[in-house]
Amino acid sequence: MNALTPGGVLDAVGTTLLVFAAAGAGSIILGTLITVARVSPIPLLRAAAFAYVQFFLNVPLLALLIIAVFALPDAGVIGPLLPTAIITLAVYEAAYVAEAVRSGVNTIAVGQLEAARALGLRQAQTLSLVVVPQALRAVVQPIANIMIALVMNTALLAAVGIVEVTAATNVLNQQLAKPIPIYTGSGLVYMIIALAIGLAAGWVERKVAIKR
Amino acid sequence: MSDNLSYLYDTPGPRARRRVLAGSAISALVIAAVIAAGLWQFAQHGQLDSRVWEPFSQWPIWDYMLNAYATGTLAAAGLTLAMSAPLGLVLVLLRLSPLGPVRRITAGYIEVARTIPVLLLVYVMMFALPHYGINPGTIWKLAIPLTVAHSALLAEIMRAGIVSLPRGQEEAGLGVGLPRRQVFTAILAPQALRAVTPSLVTQLVSLLKDTSLGYVLGFFELLQAGNVLSSYNHLLIQDYLVIALIYLVPNALLSFLASWLRRRADSRGITLTD
Repeated sequence: MNALTPGGVLDAVGTTLLVFAAAGAGSIILGTLITVARVSPIPLLRAAAFAYVQFFLNVPLLALLIIAVFALPDAGVIGPLLPTAIITLAVYEAAYVAEAVRSGVNTIAVGQLEAARALGLRQAQTLSLVVVPQALRAVVQPIANIMIALVMNTALLAAVGIVEVTAATNVLNQQLAKPIPIYTGSGLVYMIIALAIGLAAGWVERKVAIKR
Repeated sequence: MSDNLSYLYDTPGPRARRRVLAGSAISALVIAAVIAAGLWQFAQHGQLDSRVWEPFSQWPIWDYMLNAYATGTLAAAGLTLAMSAPLGLVLVLLRLSPLGPVRRITAGYIEVARTIPVLLLVYVMMFALPHYGINPGTIWKLAIPLTVAHSALLAEIMRAGIVSLPRGQEEAGLGVGLPRRQVFTAILAPQALRAVTPSLVTQLVSLLKDTSLGYVLGFFELLQAGNVLSSYNHLLIQDYLVIALIYLVPNALLSFLASWLRRRADSRGITLTD
């Protein structure tokens, strides 16, 4: 394995953060779109969204990464390693986001919808003025939990040859042979990122809270 | 599903029905086009030839994979469950202890165990502990890291179940003079367990998925079987797709069970959303 310089360690942390940011943003957008399909009046779209969510909730991420990175090139589907892994991660986590957003939508009291209809709001208005603003508030915490899980899942990229924090930890340990500080250190990196997400979510939740 | 979204839409009239019909037609076309493009891409590279799928009409290959599932995936999940259930119970008891320091230390431990990637712990088992002369068998190198993570998650699920109970339950129990231990075993635990059963089933699905980390260890479970198989028959796509399917079927059944349990609990008023 290549020697790892202090700059290399920073690069690895950067890779983990990049993967997290890109896959996180992608999964939130894709997951929301899937929820839209899931609650649409078109039965076929509902069924497709349901199938998507069930597939990705029930198949291990590592299997998907191996399919995307090692198997799909046999069918001529091949791209650069890092984007491939990021897309796989985003597509996988999107299923969890879709579940969270859907349960957020379900937290809205039926009376809210009835009131909106009674006031004569159109369907688009009901969605944009009543459903979405309340649902988004309800899902801040669940989505933060999914993002924390996503950070932990970025470690799996080490298994398909991407040098992020976990892979760099192994290289560093081989060079320096000081397992305790090295593995504790990279554990701390993950904990700090998770803590930051948790704090950010708490802040967002307070910002958007509805004062009743 | 248990959506209250039917209120979003009026009973469709003739125009809305036409729009839904048009939407259905368009989405059917798009979905068909995506599937067709995928199949065409596969066919172009000979991945749909009967030659590459033929081995899967034979029993031995299924026998090999199902054997890996039973003796690897299920064994590792069972071992993890056997260790993490009692450990999770201990953690939740400590987490709810009346002693402040015990509670805080446990809460801290649970947070740490929940935010460290299991793969990192697997690497600790592989590369760090042997350095200190600790070198357990492969299944332990998988089951111990999984236990660390899943016992913490189980503790959090059970805690959510207990704190979701009305405070009066505990107060009434203590009020009639039951000892704390009995309040927990006879009043809190049974109700909490019922409330969190769906979440526990969901957690089992995630445990079954996480055993795929055995691939990294060279522990012979389903995904590792795919690794061995594909280096032997070079049918990566077919091997791994079939393996994904073997993961999918039992997990999807468990997921359906979980959402059925959740709906049933909802309709009985025992609601707990996580």
